[in-house]
This record gives sequence, structure tokens and C-alpha cells, in this order.
Amino acid sequence: MVIYKKPLQFIIAALFSVMPIIANANPTVDSVATTTEQTAKENVSEEQKKVEERAEFIQHHLLDSHGFTLFSYGEKENEHHVGFPLPVILWDEGLHIFSSSEFKHDTAIVESKGKYFKIEHGIVYSCDKNGVVDHQAHTNPLKRPLDFSITKNVFMILVVGLLMFLLFGGLAKSYKKNNGIAKGVGRFFEPIVIFVRDEIAIPNIGEKHYKKYMSHLLSVFFFIWFLNMFGLTPLGVNVTGNIAITAALAIITYLITNISANKNYWGHIFWMPGVPPIMRIVLAPIELLGTIIKPFSLTIRLYANMVAGHIVLMSIIAMMYTFNNVAGSGFSFVLAFVLSILEILVAGLQAYIFTMLTALYFGSACEEHHHEEAHH
Amino acid sequence: MGTIPNLVGAGLIVIGAGLGIGKIGGSAMDAIARQPEASGKIQTAMLIAAALIEGIGFAAFFMGK
Amino acid sequence: MEQLLGTFSLGLFILQIVIFVGLIFLLKKFAWKPILDAVNTREEGIKNALLSAENAKKEMQNLKADNEKLLAEARAERDALMKEAREIKEKMINDAKVEAQAQGEKLIAQAKATIEGEKNAALADLKNQVSTLSIEIAEKVLKEELSNKEAQTKLVDKLLGEAKLN
Repeated sequence: MVIYKKPLQFIIAALFSVMPIIANANPTVDSVATTTEQTAKENVSEEQKKVEERAEFIQHHLLDSHGFTLFSYGEKENEHHVGFPLPVILWDEGLHIFSSSEFKHDTAIVESKGKYFKIEHGIVYSCDKNGVVDHQAHTNPLKRPLDFSITKNVFMILVVGLLMFLLFGGLAKSYKKNNGIAKGVGRFFEPIVIFVRDEIAIPNIGEKHYKKYMSHLLSVFFFIWFLNMFGLTPLGVNVTGNIAITAALAIITYLITNISANKNYWGHIFWMPGVPPIMRIVLAPIELLGTIIKPFSLTIRLYANMVAGHIVLMSIIAMMYTFNNVAGSGFSFVLAFVLSILEILVAGLQAYIFTMLTALYFGSACEEHHHEEAHH
Repeated sequence: MGTIPNLVGAGLIVIGAGLGIGKIGGSAMDAIARQPEASGKIQTAMLIAAALIEGIGFAAFFMGK
Repeated sequence: MEQLLGTFSLGLFILQIVIFVGLIFLLKKFAWKPILDAVNTREEGIKNALLSAENAKKEMQNLKADNEKLLAEARAERDALMKEAREIKEKMINDAKVEAQAQGEKLIAQAKATIEGEKNAALADLKNQVSTLSIEIAEKVLKEELSNKEAQTKLVDKLLGEAKLN
């Protein structure tokens, strides 16, 4: 048992793995689900209802929300939520700003400047007085009001941004104070910064060009890593498991790649050297499509990994309530514990892979001409 | 949840991606066993290859689902 | 795909881009640049220190080699000197021997010559003395003989008697 030789890591791992169980395992009833369920038949058995509730709870956890709910207790009508509301900022032919508490935990329809809004599964839809939503809006983001709210995810992004700023700003300052030697918590992060530089940036981009991309790579790495780790805390945030966030990160990578790309890069896309001219014409659209697929796969990979991790972890925790006996619950507890440790690894690994692939794309964008010899 | 053909397709994708990643992992193990001193480089290459397959697998999975 | 679009929030997407780009620039100015600069300077310092240590080591080695060379040279010189000295000594001894021999021979020859001379002189002297002595004896004998007439006559008679005339 190697793990016992590292008591600190063991305790941290244990804490992380136990925390979600404490915090997330309250099978609260999703309000939207209850309203629909109440209209459903009564002959659905109690057990099946519970299973559905749990599925609903997991689904709810994965989504963004407009208020920050730490935990809730109580059943159905007299359910109490502990947390704080966040501002809702909407653009729908005019600016609408109000507190998320007006949604009454996603149950109420809010009227602002003659427009009506409601929340379904963490997403704001504009609706009419009776709460009827244009059905196209469910699949087309452009049919919805532009939602600039400080949602839970935005709130966490800001928290992580502030954390990073304080942490690495402090590290930068400690260098000045201590004659070039890191002090305090920076000592832990300095090797990681050097790791990103030596293991990710330099091998993939090259000694010559890596410097101009370092800021982006380091920011992306720590941003994803910290948010992944926050996803494992009992706060119940799932920022990197949100498609909009990962898409934004990938789009930034895509833009930087294409803006900083040199002639050689475009030459490889539109006029592939070393192949017959007909093949070049065939290859050009494929290569062009490839540049779009790359950020798309970046987006999906991070999103899917985080979502999958959360679903599996929470399903196993929910199993504890399904078994409802010592043996079964104990088994799923151990399983959840082990899986949480795995998720900590995955949190770092996904940040590493995202940064690594980003660096790889940057590297292809600023590759020097001499590489072409390999094609002949 | 999608229709049954969609789900079967998603399952097939998962099988394919799983086989691919398993093959990569196995080959990497072989390579590390053969050249333990190059394990760092092999691991990096393995992770990248696995991540690329995984990305395509996930993309196809979500499209199918 | 529909599910992905269904959960996609365009506002969050735009907000994330704005926040993240802002974060990159802020961190670049206040964190990454100073951190990487500090790390680079430190690494440069370490590299330089290592390099100078290496140089010092090389210099030491050079110095040591020089010393050894000098020592070897000195040793060779000493050996040469010793050899030369030995040669000179030998030569001197030889020379001395030869000279001494020559001198001795010369001396011996001289002595021999002297001895010969002396001997000759002594012999001559002896001869002179013998001749003088013989003459003196003969004179004395003759004087004696001639003074005794009877004996003389007797002898003459005797001699005449012996000398029978044939």
C-alpha cells in the first residue's frame, strides 16, 4: 500500500472523495420535475419515482443554474434551499436585469419590461404570459434571449480567475521579494508552470516560437485544472462540463492558431506540397475541414470527459440510496471513493491534454519551412 | 435518449473507440517494457493518440445520440 | 447534437471568451511574464554558474597539466645535468688516469734512464778503479818481482827449462 506512505495526499484524496457524497447526495426533488410528475399518473410505483428523481437530480447538477444553491432540504412544497441568488442579465430587444430569486428556484415566470422569461433546465427562455415556449428555442440557441447572467458557472469562472490572479500574481511578486526564489504556495505551482513550459510548450511548439504562446497555454492549463478540481468539490459546479465554456476555450485556441499561422501552415492546407496537383485540390477542403474539426474535438473531449465523470460518480453515489443496505451502500461508497481519486487524476489529465493539443496546433501553425523536406 | 438505431450506433462507436484506445494502451505497454528509459516520451505520445481517438469517439457519440 | 445545442448558452459562450481573454492579458502582465522571466533568469544564472564551474575545473586541469609538464621538464633537465655531470666525472677520472699513467711511465722511464746512467757511471767508475787498481797491483808486483834477482833468475831458468827447444 504505497498510498499510506504519503499521508497528506491520502488525506486530501480522501477528503475530495468524501465531499461529493456529503454534499451532492441529497436527493432533492427538482421542482420542474415535480410539477410535471404531479400531473403524471399516481400508479407509478414509489420506487420508480425515486429513481427518476435521482436521474433528474443528476441531470440538474450537470447544468448551469442562475442561483447558487449550496444544498437544499425538505420535501416537495416545503423544500428549503440554502444559497444565494445571482444577478440575471438578459438581452432580448433591450436589457433586462433582475435577481435570480425572482425565478423562485426555476419555477416562476418573470416579467421584465413587457417580456416574459422562464427557466427550463438551467436555460432562460422567453415565453408568453402562460409560460409557453417557442419549441424551436429548445434546439436553437439563437431563438433564446442572450443570457449574460452571472450564473453559477460565470460566478465560478470569476472566482477561479481571481484565484489565479492572486495565486500567480503572488508568485510573481514573491520572486521579486526573495531574489528569484518562490515562496509559500507558489513553490507548489512553480514546478507546474515549468512543466507546462518544458513538457508541453517547448516539445510541441519549438524553442524558437514558444514564448509568445506561453501566456495562453499556462492560463488554459490552470483555468481548466482549477475548474475541474472545483467540479469535484461539494459546491456542485460543473463549469468545464458545460459545452459553451469548452467551446469558448477551443474557439480562442482556433483563433490564435489561425491568426499566428505562417505561410507554411496555409500552404499545407490549400496547396499541400509533395502531392500531385489533383490531389491538392481534393485535399484542400479536407484539410480546411480538419482545422474546424480540431477545435470541435477539443470542445467535445473536455465537455464529454467532465460530464461523463460527473454522471458516473453521481450515479454511483445515487446507488447508495437505491441499495439502502449496509453491504450495497458500503460497496458503492468504496466505488465512489476510488472513482473520486480517479476523477482527480482525470481533472489534471484533461487539463494536460487540452493544453497539449492546443500547443500541438500552435506548433503546426508556426512550423518552419524546413519540415517540408520530409514530404519529398 | 435517442432512438434505438441511434443508441446502437453510439454503442458501436464506444466499442470502436474502446478497442482503439485499448490497442494504443497495449502497444504503449509493450513499448515501455521494451524501452523503459523512453517511458516518458511513449506516455506522452500514447496520451495524445488516445485523446485524439477519444475526441472523435465522443464527437460521433454525441452526434449519434 | 440536438442535446448539445439545447444546453448551449450563447451568452455564457461570449462571456467566457471575454472573461478568459481578459484573464489571459491580466495574467500575462502580472503573473506569467514576471514568473517566466524570473525562472529564466534563475535558470540562466544556474547555467552560467555551472559553466563557470566547468571552466574553473578546466582551468585547474590546465594548471595541473602545466605543473606536471614543468615538473617533468625539470626532472628531465635534472637527469640531463646528472648525466652530464657523470660523464664529466668519468672523463675527468679517465683523463686523470691516462695522465697519471703517462706521468708514471714518464717517471719510470726517467728513473730507468737515471738508473742506467748511474749504473753506467758506476760501471765506468768501477772499470777505472779496477784498471787503476790492476795497474797499481801490477806495478807493485812488478816492483817486487824485479827487486828479487835470484828469484828472477830462477824463474827464467825454470821457464827456459820448460821451453825445450825443438
